[in-house]
Amino acid sequence: MKKSVILGVATVAGLAAGAAAAGTVDDVKARGKLNCGVATGVPGFASPDANGEWQGFDVAVCRAVAAAVLDDPTAVEFIPTTGKTRFTALASGEIDMLARNTTWTFSRDVDLKFEFVGINYYDGQGFMVPKALGVSSAKELDGATVCIQTGTTTELNLADFFRINNMSYEPVPIETNAEAQQQYLAGACDVYTTDASGLAATRATFENAADHVILPEIISKEPLGPLVRHGDHEWGDVVRWTLNALIAAEEMGVTSANIDEMAAGTDNPEVNRLLGSEGTLGEMLGLDATWAQRAIKVGGNYGEVFAKNIGEETPIGLARGLNAQWTDGGLLYAPPFR
Amino acid sequence: MTTLTDPPKEQFRLSMLLYDTRYRSATIQVIAMIAFMLLAAWIINNTIQNLETLGRTVGFDFFAEPASYDINQRLLEYDSRDTHLRAAFIGLLNTLVVAVLGCITATIIGVMVGVLRLSNNWLIARIMTVYVEMFRNVPVLLWIVFAMAILIESLPAPRAFRGENPEATMDLFGTVAVTNRGVYIPEFLFSRGLGDIHLFGTSSLRFDVSLDLIAFLIVLGGSIFAMRKVSAWANKTQEQTGDRPTIWHIQLGLLFVPSAILLGALGFHLGYPELKGFNFTGGTHLRNSLIALWLALSLYTAAFIAEIVRAGILAISKGQTEAASALGLRPGRTMRLVILPQALRVIIPPMISNYLNLTKNSSLAIAVGYMDITGTLGGITMNQTGRELECVLLLMLVYLTISLSISAVMNWYNNRVKLVER
Amino acid sequence: MSDVSFVRTEMLPEQAPPASEVGVLGWIRHNLFSSWLNAILTVVSLIFIYYVLSNILSWTFESVWNANSLSECREIMMATWGDTHGHACWGVIKDRWLQLLYGFYPPYPAHPDATWSNPPETGGWPAYFRPNLTFILLLVAIAPVLFTNVPRKLLFVTAAYPFLLPWLMWGGSIWGPLMVAAGLGIGYLAYKFVLPVAGSLTAIILAVALPVLWWLFASGSVADAINSVIPIGIAPVESRDFGGFMLAILLGVVAIGVSLPIGILLALGRQSDLMIVKYLCVGFIEFIRGVPLITLLFVASLLLNLFLPPGTNFDIILRVMIMMTLFSAAYMAEVIRGGLAALPRGQYEGADSLGLNYWQAQRLIIMPQALKISIPGIVSTFIGIFKDTTLVSIIGLFDVIGLTNGIRADTAWNGVYWELFAFIGVLFFVVCFSMSRYSMYLERKLQTGHR
Repeated sequence: MKKSVILGVATVAGLAAGAAAAGTVDDVKARGKLNCGVATGVPGFASPDANGEWQGFDVAVCRAVAAAVLDDPTAVEFIPTTGKTRFTALASGEIDMLARNTTWTFSRDVDLKFEFVGINYYDGQGFMVPKALGVSSAKELDGATVCIQTGTTTELNLADFFRINNMSYEPVPIETNAEAQQQYLAGACDVYTTDASGLAATRATFENAADHVILPEIISKEPLGPLVRHGDHEWGDVVRWTLNALIAAEEMGVTSANIDEMAAGTDNPEVNRLLGSEGTLGEMLGLDATWAQRAIKVGGNYGEVFAKNIGEETPIGLARGLNAQWTDGGLLYAPPFR
Repeated sequence: MTTLTDPPKEQFRLSMLLYDTRYRSATIQVIAMIAFMLLAAWIINNTIQNLETLGRTVGFDFFAEPASYDINQRLLEYDSRDTHLRAAFIGLLNTLVVAVLGCITATIIGVMVGVLRLSNNWLIARIMTVYVEMFRNVPVLLWIVFAMAILIESLPAPRAFRGENPEATMDLFGTVAVTNRGVYIPEFLFSRGLGDIHLFGTSSLRFDVSLDLIAFLIVLGGSIFAMRKVSAWANKTQEQTGDRPTIWHIQLGLLFVPSAILLGALGFHLGYPELKGFNFTGGTHLRNSLIALWLALSLYTAAFIAEIVRAGILAISKGQTEAASALGLRPGRTMRLVILPQALRVIIPPMISNYLNLTKNSSLAIAVGYMDITGTLGGITMNQTGRELECVLLLMLVYLTISLSISAVMNWYNNRVKLVER
Repeated sequence: MSDVSFVRTEMLPEQAPPASEVGVLGWIRHNLFSSWLNAILTVVSLIFIYYVLSNILSWTFESVWNANSLSECREIMMATWGDTHGHACWGVIKDRWLQLLYGFYPPYPAHPDATWSNPPETGGWPAYFRPNLTFILLLVAIAPVLFTNVPRKLLFVTAAYPFLLPWLMWGGSIWGPLMVAAGLGIGYLAYKFVLPVAGSLTAIILAVALPVLWWLFASGSVADAINSVIPIGIAPVESRDFGGFMLAILLGVVAIGVSLPIGILLALGRQSDLMIVKYLCVGFIEFIRGVPLITLLFVASLLLNLFLPPGTNFDIILRVMIMMTLFSAAYMAEVIRGGLAALPRGQYEGADSLGLNYWQAQRLIIMPQALKISIPGIVSTFIGIFKDTTLVSIIGLFDVIGLTNGIRADTAWNGVYWELFAFIGVLFFVVCFSMSRYSMYLERKLQTGHR
């Protein structure tokens, strides 16, 4: 009697099933939706709001890509992934791209066969301690209890750091930021370590943020960026250059406010090439001429996206730091649009 | 004359495979076998193809790589340079620890609650009912998370113990520190210890056995053996003369004196925890994650066990109690000799499946960051190496082995109890 | 003879029992203070209850409802009580309760831009009409199975429900589910018409093979064809939008519903005389029961795509449904085996003596009784599965617990803890408790019927 439920479900499964073999660009266009893997919840980077709309810095990258490819920033299916499931989801074709603060490492790139298309946030692992502890350097943490968020490279960096400095520590591995924060605030650990952006974001929401300090040491390099599957270079190029378009737009002064005006044509040939009023960059990507315009219009250029989601005006309150344009002493450096 | 001839030999026809009951079962079984093997082959073939597309190979080489992460609760020595295999082994031991501890406390709490639910004190019986219903009807994952949160929020942090007028002090004459990082209890130390035996050299499965412990166990075993002898002698004397010689002081002496002498010779003392730097040092640290998991799993499972025990006791007819009273047995003996052996027969089979459930639920340890085998092999190792296929299959195999062993042991016990009853 | 009689001829009026033995006082004396030990226990428990309630109640009721973020909550608490501790901030539940219940399921699937607070201008069905209707229909569909005094005609709803549920929840064309149902009809017709012509064996083979062929090759295109002529359908919803408490219920219902037939087959297989079939069934059951659900969910999220033909890729909720179904099938098999074992031997012998063959005996005599005895067991399996659905949060699905992570990642609610988990706990408790009460009621009813 109930046997047929499985068949009904199987039919629906058939609807949802899609071939992941052909080029991803064509798949995405045919589907009319971009499947984008995000974190299950990282303040400022990806979180659903009360209406189920996803918000955040990583989410903005997905929306920009969707706008570039599909001309619709809302044509994104956000698929929450955990530290465990993210790579499988990408490898199996369940998602087209992963924008989930994922550190670009050698083994992920080479052994796990993914292609990091760029870096949207330069991060590093830091430590946060209560001021009352009187600690001013991570080197003074011998014997401390450290809360770590697992599923990332964090626990490896931490083990190496304490080993190199010949210090002992007690790791308390925790799955989510929310739980880690709770333990840290209750004093169940002396130190909370994760990416510095996460620390700042967490600290910003504390009842008494001033009672906690982030130590100056950054013990690792965590270049976070979107990634796609190995081998599909057309798709990799689309995601890479959408990200670069956002970065370059900031460098060239293209903002969501003046983009319509600039799209009509400017004196700067590179701006014209970026916005499609000159050259055929869009066609080379397999998109149309105004792809970058659309990507930038969604949430503005990189600087605007940053300011809106995690910048100093938001509760997260991150300074640009390394993530400033190279012209401002940061590391953001988009290759020329030529 | 009648000649005996064999009945005409029936010609074998293909249709007989289906219509003849002699062959039909064989046919069905062969078909089932083939179908099963085809299914297995299909899955394996798909897997191979998929792995090829992904450009991945299957292998357990990664086990020999350094794990590069630390584990806080390790029963054996381990550091971040040890292999992934070693990390998995440490995790396995942690799983076993929490499973064994959980099963023991769940049984104790469960039996107590089960009996108390039948108490004639209305309030107690109601409270126990509320307890059972609350725990049975809320997911165990929530209880684990709750237990952890309660420990963290309600207990003092180590820094509360600091200063002239600390907010918190150590309990039990300053020997036990209860903090929100866990409970620090005194540890056993030997100043003239015998050292350890190192087994399995430097392999990933190496472990040390303390000679002190072995010596202690041998002496204790010897004491118990001697006590039995004395007891047997007393019984014999009683049978022959009708007078039972007083032996309790001999028994007590036999039990404690040799062990005490041994402990003294080994220089036994307790190491107390003390606050040094960020944490308490010294003593044995029962981590919060262990306590929370242990507490939540025992309380959750105990609620189920309580129901089983209650049902088991109720299942024994009142006549049994009355008959036992008629024979002149006291209530305690009635329980021990008449009710429990019969109730056990009803109680044990569902108890086995509850022990299994507890062990399997211990895999939720990741919710509180307890590094069991799911947290090491199925957690960080899997994350870092990206070997999902190998890790998950091995993880399942480990749990399957544990479950089957528990079932085997408990079934053996169940059969023994059954024999006693007949 | 003396007239003096020492026999009392009229009774004295009954004296009222002493005040300490009746009424409230007597009850208290008997039930709470019957001995010293009991008296001490009672006092200790009263203190315990007072301690627990005084903390929980003040936290629950001295609370803030109207706040849009945790910091706002804290401000209100400071203003009202001068303290931020010991007060609940229910604002988070007020803000997110619909999400906790329905996940990301669109409130008005036909109008994707409309939200619950902003209904579509053209009117339309009430918010969350489809999941709610599915749930109500579920109750209607199982009512005739669970209660005897419900009109039998409702069994038609039960029969249609397996097709209604996917259609209502996932939406899309109605022809898909109808064509699936048609497959069953084809099987039945094939059996009915072939049976007199070619014998039972061919009939059975055809009755199995034809629908399978139909489902595999024809049903999809036929459904599409009809749909292009007569399009009847509702707005489709992706299963990854399912979430919250609704997901728990859906996973539980699908797992139990689908695993029931599988469980029956497994239970029969386990009892069968055919050795290989028996060992295959035993192996499957013991394997599933021997591993934790979380490892099966790892298989769903990490490995299932590897096991299927290259290119197959269906989303995580369906994969989880498959694994949960397999999981509950093993437990279901054990429950039904218990039901089979509880049947008296005479029922089997009776069936044999009537000359029924194996399947006839199972269908007409054994199963109706065995299933009836198993219903309490099935209900408790359902409660177990339902509680276990919370584990899907570990593999990143947004069930209620998964949503707490998402909600707490919102800067407005970062740091909220007890309110969310208390809400979830109460939700689960209400549902599971009522089901377990039903199961107990049923057990008592069945007991009187059988003893």
